[in-house]
Amino acid sequence: MDLVSLAVKSIFIENLALSFFLGMCTFLAVSKKIQTAIGLGFAVFVVLAITVPVNNLIYQNFLQEGALAWAGMPEVDLSFLGLISYIGVIAALVQILEMFLDRFVPALYNALGIFLPLITVNCAILGASLFMVERDYNFTESLVYGASSGVGWALAIVALAGIREKLKYSDVPDGLQGLGITFITVGLMALGFLAFSGIQL
Amino acid sequence: MASDARKALFEPLFSNNPIALQILGVCSALAVTSQLSVALIMCLALTSVTAFSNLSISLIRNHVPSSIRIIVQMTIIASLVIVVDQILKAYAFDVSKKLAVFVGLIITNCIVMGRAEAYAMKNGPWNSFLDGIGNGLGYSIILIIVGAVRELFGSGSLLGYQILSPVSEGGWYTPNGLMLLAPSAFIIIGLTIWAIRSFYPEQVEKPDYEMQNAHNAPAHGAPGGH
Repeated sequence: MDLVSLAVKSIFIENLALSFFLGMCTFLAVSKKIQTAIGLGFAVFVVLAITVPVNNLIYQNFLQEGALAWAGMPEVDLSFLGLISYIGVIAALVQILEMFLDRFVPALYNALGIFLPLITVNCAILGASLFMVERDYNFTESLVYGASSGVGWALAIVALAGIREKLKYSDVPDGLQGLGITFITVGLMALGFLAFSGIQL
Repeated sequence: MASDARKALFEPLFSNNPIALQILGVCSALAVTSQLSVALIMCLALTSVTAFSNLSISLIRNHVPSSIRIIVQMTIIASLVIVVDQILKAYAFDVSKKLAVFVGLIITNCIVMGRAEAYAMKNGPWNSFLDGIGNGLGYSIILIIVGAVRELFGSGSLLGYQILSPVSEGGWYTPNGLMLLAPSAFIIIGLTIWAIRSFYPEQVEKPDYEMQNAHNAPAHGAPGGH
């Protein structure tokens, strides 16, 4: 039950894009068409669902204070190396995933296209790993957290792409054209998602 | 030469602002702005990381094979961010608690990566350093505007000093709680972009579809549209 609650919380209430502003650059840049938004959303979901648990294992077994006890070094605290190891893990995993998909699932590989390598520098991915460390999730929790934040992010970008596809037919003031009106749209979406806050299962 | 340096330093402030025009580094711009003091520290952290990563990447730009340049840049940036993070933890622990994960997220802040790739790989160390500072300042301007508006109307204070005395302390101002929440940040940035583009009309994006005024539409039979 806790896990379901965590999933609902990370999809709707603490949506990575709309309440923590993570992955905004790609969120704004790649949300003009629903098709591409779905592709990118799916890629983010896959990468998040893999990297968060893997980073959790690395944190618990290598970096945490006292984690190196199995190697006979109980006093060592390597947590300051966290940032560089997480980003390394993310970059490596994205690369492996890309090669794997290219070899075994070419259809999906072609669908994701350019988005996969771009995901390395998507702050939603690194952000989710950092939140996982900050909130002290265990392995199962981090698995659920990674997957459901991915779903939440995908949901947000597909919804925004849907709005923007309609928006291009409307008469927007010159200065707001493009980026400006997109920001305001996202603001209103975030306002809508605020309605979910307080939901408990 | 001098004009190049000037351009590198001042152009990103308004006419080529990283957030408003290049869509870089938006994530953290929104998240850390509910208090002005936190936003200021974030600006300082980001500006120094951008400046020094530009400097060091520009210094080694002729020795790095282009196939592995991304990972080299990433390592340099990550190391700089770790330094900043540790300094903040040592000297400004409260602020570093409030910034939480967002200091770490400077690594994936597209401004740092974007400027390293677009400018530092092609230009000399001094100009790259200035370009880093300039882009950091361009980012800071937006953060300071958004942070000031949100703190002033959200809690009636600036940098912690009461400006508008709130009702809870016998004053007249009812703080607007929405300003402290996520949606307001998006809307304020949207409006800031509107303001900047009103001053620099050349930044206005072309609409995908032209609206056509029904009354002035070309007569029947004439080729319509554009």
